[in-house]
Amino acid sequence: MVTKGRFGKFGGQYVPETLMNAITELEEAYNRYKDDPEFNKELTDLFNNYAGRPSLLYEAKKMTEDLGGAKIYLKREDLNHTGAHKINNVLGQCLLAKRMGKTRVIAETGAGQHGVATATVAALMGLECEIFMGKLDTERQALNVYRMRLLGAKVNAVESGTGTLKDAVNAAMKEWSSRVADTHYVLGSVMGPYPFPTIVRDFQAVISREIKSQMLEKEGRLPDAVLACVGGGSNAIGAFYDFIGDEEVELIGCEAAGEGADTPRTAATIATGKLGIFHGMKSLFCQNEDGQIAPVYSISAGLDYPGIGPEHAYLNDIGRAKYVAVTDEEAVEAFEYLSKTEGIIPAIESSHAVAYAMKLAPKMSKDKIIVINLSGRGDKDVAAIARYRGENLQD
Amino acid sequence: MTDIKIADAFKNGKAFIPFITGGDPDLDTTKDLIIALQDAGSDLIEIGIPFSDPIAEGPVIQEADERALASGTTTDKLFDMLKELHDEGKVSVPMVFLTYANAIFAYGKEKFMKRCVESGMQGIIVPDIPFEEKEEFEDVANENGISIISMIAPTSEDRIKMIAKEAKGFLYVVSSMGVTGVREEFATNIEDMIATVREVSDIPAAVGFGISNPDQARSMATKSDGAIVGSAIVKIVGQYGKDCVPYVTEFAKKLKDGVQKATA
Repeated sequence: MVTKGRFGKFGGQYVPETLMNAITELEEAYNRYKDDPEFNKELTDLFNNYAGRPSLLYEAKKMTEDLGGAKIYLKREDLNHTGAHKINNVLGQCLLAKRMGKTRVIAETGAGQHGVATATVAALMGLECEIFMGKLDTERQALNVYRMRLLGAKVNAVESGTGTLKDAVNAAMKEWSSRVADTHYVLGSVMGPYPFPTIVRDFQAVISREIKSQMLEKEGRLPDAVLACVGGGSNAIGAFYDFIGDEEVELIGCEAAGEGADTPRTAATIATGKLGIFHGMKSLFCQNEDGQIAPVYSISAGLDYPGIGPEHAYLNDIGRAKYVAVTDEEAVEAFEYLSKTEGIIPAIESSHAVAYAMKLAPKMSKDKIIVINLSGRGDKDVAAIARYRGENLQD
Repeated sequence: MTDIKIADAFKNGKAFIPFITGGDPDLDTTKDLIIALQDAGSDLIEIGIPFSDPIAEGPVIQEADERALASGTTTDKLFDMLKELHDEGKVSVPMVFLTYANAIFAYGKEKFMKRCVESGMQGIIVPDIPFEEKEEFEDVANENGISIISMIAPTSEDRIKMIAKEAKGFLYVVSSMGVTGVREEFATNIEDMIATVREVSDIPAAVGFGISNPDQARSMATKSDGAIVGSAIVKIVGQYGKDCVPYVTEFAKKLKDGVQKATA
C-alpha cells in the first residue's frame, strides 16, 4: 500500500483511528473544491477585498544601501488584515469548512497570530470558534488573547507540558478527536497529518505567486534568493512554493536557534532534530534518544515548535532549500534594525529572516536580489522585546 | 521465548484487561503491580511506555506518563524490568505495550521487537499508527511474532471491516470520542460496531476508553469480549504512589467480578 501525502519519506497520516474519517472527509472536500471556479472566486474575493491582497513587494532602499550588497525587497505579509500571512490559510480553510457544513472551528496558536486570524474569519463567516494556546504563550502574548476574545472566540490556556505551541497542538488534536461532526480543525501550519501540509501550502502559495509576478514587473527577472522564517513552516513554504521549479532561486529557511543551536535552549529543528513521528507526520523533531519530544525554546512564540513541516524536511533532504539557525539576540537586533532603518516593525518571527539577510546581503554583489518574506508585523512583540532589553512596559 | 498467547486472554470467557503506565511512580512499583494485577484475575495486561506527548490520552494518563518520565523511566529500563519478571517466570498472562509511534521509531523498530520477544511481550498498541500507516512497523513485528493491535472508533464506520479483516491479537474497540479518561456516557453504536466486525472476523474485541467501575466493565464486556480499564486504575496509582498496590488490587478484583458478571 502506498501511504498518502508523502514528501519523499516525510509526511503521512499518523493520527488516531478516531480522526481518520475526519481527515479523509477533509481530503475529499479539498479535492472537490480546490479547482472549483466558484470556490476560488470567493476565496480570491476574500483575499483581495477582506485581507488586502496582493500584499506589497517593497524595495528596502535604505537597508540595501546600508548593508552595501544585494538589493533587498520585503514581501509585506505584515500588511495583511490581522497583521500576518496566517489569514491566507485561515480564509481558505474556513471557506472549505463552510462548504463541508461545519459550524465550529478550533485552532492552535503560538504567538497568537493564527488564533487571531481564525477568530477573525470565524467572526466574519459566523462560525463558533475555540482557540488552544499554551499557558506560557498566553502570558507572552496577552494582548492577542484579549484580541481573540474580543473577536468572539473562546481561548483555552493549555497548562500541560511546556505550555507552548506543541502543547496547544496536542490540545487542539484531542479536542478535535472528541468532536468531529460539526467541527473543523484549522491547522495553522504546513504540518500535521495529510492533507493539512498540502492544503495549508496551497493556500499560502499565493505569496510566492505574487512575489514572482511583482518581481517580474519591477525587475524583469526572478530574485536570487528568497528568505523566510520557519517554525512549522507555512509562510516559508508559501514564499518558496512557486520558485521550487526555478533552480536558480536560492530558498533559505531561517529557524529559531534560541540561545544557540548548540545549546539545549533552541528550537532549530533542521539543525538539531532527527527523524521521527509526531503530530500526525513523519518529519524531523527535536527529541531525546528515547524519542521524547524536547522542550524547545525561542524568544519567538511562533517559532517555538519542536518539529518542522514534512515538505521542508524534504526540501532540505534533497538540497533544494537550505535552512539556517538564527539566535534570539540576532533576531532582536534585526527587529530593532528594520524598525530604525525602514520604519517597519517586523514580527519577532520574521525578524529571524531579516537577521539572516543582514548577514547574507553584504556578501552578495549589488546586482543580486534578495526577497525577505516579512510574514508578520511586530506590534505584538514590542512589550516582549522591551523586556528582553531590560525595560518593563505597562500596556 | 514464551508460549503465552494473546488468544489465551479470551479463552475462559470475557477478558478483564487493566492498563498501567510503566514506571509510574517507579519501575519497582510497576513490577509489583503487574504481579498484583495478575493475581487479581487480569486476563491480559497493558503496559504503557511513557511518552512526553500522548495525544490519545486524557489528563490522568498524561500525568502518569509525566510521573514515569520524571522518575527516570526509559524504554531500556522498562524492558530490563519486564525481562527480569519474564526470566523469573512470574508472569503467566499475556502482556502488550501501549505507546506512541515515536517511542518505537526512536528506539529502533528491529531492536524494539526483539526486546519485546525477550521480555515476554506479545503485542503493541500504537494509537497514532492507524491502518493506513501500519506498515511502518508491520513487517518487523510479524517477523518477531509481535501483534500490532488495531483500534476501531465510533467514527470508523466503513473502515471497520477493512481494519477487522487484518487485525491481529485482539481488536481494541474505542468506546467513545475523544481521549482516554473516566466518562459517564459511551457511544451508542458499540454493538453495531462489533456486529460489523463479526461479519468479517472472529477476532476477540475488547472495549476500552472511559470504563471506570465494575458496572461499566460488566456492561461493556457484555457487548464485547472484554473490558479495558486504564485511567480509573492509573488514578489510584497517582493517588497512593508507591503504596498503591493493595488499593489497585482491591479495585482490580472488583472490576474482574464485574467482567465475570457479563453475559455472553
